[in-house]
Amino acid sequence: MTTADLIGKILQILMGLAVFAAIIGLIIFFIDKAPKKGRDYWQLVGFLAPAMVLLAFGLIYPAVRTALLAFQNGDGEFTFDHFVWMFTQPAAIRTLINTIIWVVLVPTVSTIVGLAYSVFIDKSRGEKYYKALVFMPMAISFVGAGIIWKFVYEYRSGGREQIGLLNAIVVAFGGEPVQWIQTDPVNTFLLIIVMIWIQTGFAMVVLSAAIKGIPTEQLEAAELDGTNAWQRFRNVTLPGIQGSLVVVVTTISIATLKVFDIVRTMTAGNFNTSVVANEMYTQAFRASEYGRGAALALILFVLVLPIVVYNVRVLRKQREIR
Amino acid sequence: MSDDIVDLPTPGTRGGSDTASIVAQGSKTHRVKRRLTSRTATVVSLVIAVIWTIPTFGLLVSSFRPAEQIQSTGWWTVFQNWGWTLDNYAEVLFSPSQSSPQLGAYFVNSLAIAIPATLFPLVIACMAAYAFAWIKFKGAGALFVFVFALQIVPLQMALIPLLQIFTAWLRPMQAWLHDIVPIIPEQNYLPVWIAHTIFALPLAIFLLHNFISEIPTDVIEAARVDGATHGQIFFRIVLPLSIPAIASFAIFQFLWVWNDLLVALIFSGGTQDVAPLTQRLAELTGTRGQDWERLTAAAFVSLIIPLIVFFSLQRYFVRGLLAGSTKG
Repeated sequence: MTTADLIGKILQILMGLAVFAAIIGLIIFFIDKAPKKGRDYWQLVGFLAPAMVLLAFGLIYPAVRTALLAFQNGDGEFTFDHFVWMFTQPAAIRTLINTIIWVVLVPTVSTIVGLAYSVFIDKSRGEKYYKALVFMPMAISFVGAGIIWKFVYEYRSGGREQIGLLNAIVVAFGGEPVQWIQTDPVNTFLLIIVMIWIQTGFAMVVLSAAIKGIPTEQLEAAELDGTNAWQRFRNVTLPGIQGSLVVVVTTISIATLKVFDIVRTMTAGNFNTSVVANEMYTQAFRASEYGRGAALALILFVLVLPIVVYNVRVLRKQREIR
Repeated sequence: MSDDIVDLPTPGTRGGSDTASIVAQGSKTHRVKRRLTSRTATVVSLVIAVIWTIPTFGLLVSSFRPAEQIQSTGWWTVFQNWGWTLDNYAEVLFSPSQSSPQLGAYFVNSLAIAIPATLFPLVIACMAAYAFAWIKFKGAGALFVFVFALQIVPLQMALIPLLQIFTAWLRPMQAWLHDIVPIIPEQNYLPVWIAHTIFALPLAIFLLHNFISEIPTDVIEAARVDGATHGQIFFRIVLPLSIPAIASFAIFQFLWVWNDLLVALIFSGGTQDVAPLTQRLAELTGTRGQDWERLTAAAFVSLIIPLIVFFSLQRYFVRGLLAGSTKG
């Protein structure tokens, strides 16, 4: 990078910020100067328009286009071909199956581990630091996490010293080193571990906050009744954090369905590890199969839809109770 | 009996209620000490903490080891195979050789993408949230629910047409910009900024609305009676009062943009002019998946900013997470 490049980049940021500030400033200036009659209307438009225009052109219109694109062949004629491809080609079916494995395992395991961890360290000395350790992966990019774990799974042929932690452990116990990333089907599960590693911190933080929200009186009352720790957890803590549990599981499920970076970084979808979101990118932007890409995006939408709808319903019900 | 009496907020008994709160505090610390302690729980949590930390730690240690040692011995043998170096970092950051990762430029790109892509959606979402909360209009509720519902739409649904729109409309603008200011490359940040801004809006509007609508009506009404315009109310009252919500969303959005790969892959073009660190890293793992001395150092260069943000602003980060996850 030369100095000229750097100046060019800084200039770009400054120009971008200046233009943006000018646009927003002008909007607010003009709506405040709008004629008295109809000022309310102009003010509303001024405040809402930037967001609404961006959403309409950048999200709503494209989403509708994608939905249509999924049912079009190259000449723009109506077709089911892309969906036929998806449900008949072995590679495509494998992608769907992998996605299901991901979305079943990641939310369950990260929620259970996150919950157990937050219960175990609750009120312990150094809780803050315990939490920070498990929460830290949340701040790391999926790409970074992918590299971190690829290093753990690194393989050296037998006889050489292993530099990957997992194979070193295997060898220490007298096993043969395994090419983890290339070995189907274990590689899918090893990729899933990375996502669990990232999401557990999220589950832990949210559930820990929920646990702290349970009135101590309830726990004490249960204790006076002579219950043991497990019974208190089952009968007081779990019902108390039910709402948060739903939120955690749904949020992680949605994130998992859309996971792309981990697969991209670690295997690029090779060795039978692809998932819908990765395949969508590969088809649409690598192979220029826009129809297939759109169909996969649509499938993703259909998979996410019920989860979000359920989530919204549960929350609405809770709000009514409150 | 006596508890009932102090619980009542009777005027003139300040002293009394203070003692009550001290008593309450005392019993609370007492309770805090009495926690669920079992040996198994402690051991299990220790194991989890270790498993969660070791992979990152191993990568960090490796990034400071000489290349031939990384390639031949495990990082956990660093005490037997002593050797520390900064060469890996010098190589990935500053080496002018074409074959080296040259992360310096990408690091600048990541910052150049993340800062505006945090500010833009924040301002636009604040304005929209203000309109939804404090300007009365027909269909406000329905429109707001619709914006919230847009979160159902996965990013992937928008990518293909958005790229087409950008090629048709934004490309000429970028070329024009390049003609006027030649120092700005034709491949510039504009598409990435716009894409990130769009994708951030639904959640940002929703979260900020929750906060902005909680501002006491009296405050806004008083300003209106004094003849303040919406613009003045927005800048002088709403924005300053919403700082906590704005801060936590800003951290969140910054980290999200910094860590993003998908949007960058599709809208940046992949050159040193625009592509962020994540994209370069993904590329390196593909082409140089065995060069661990470069990969480990490169990974840590990309982690440094998020980790600084995380450890220094953890409180706000968590607050944003909780606000985002409990949705209302």
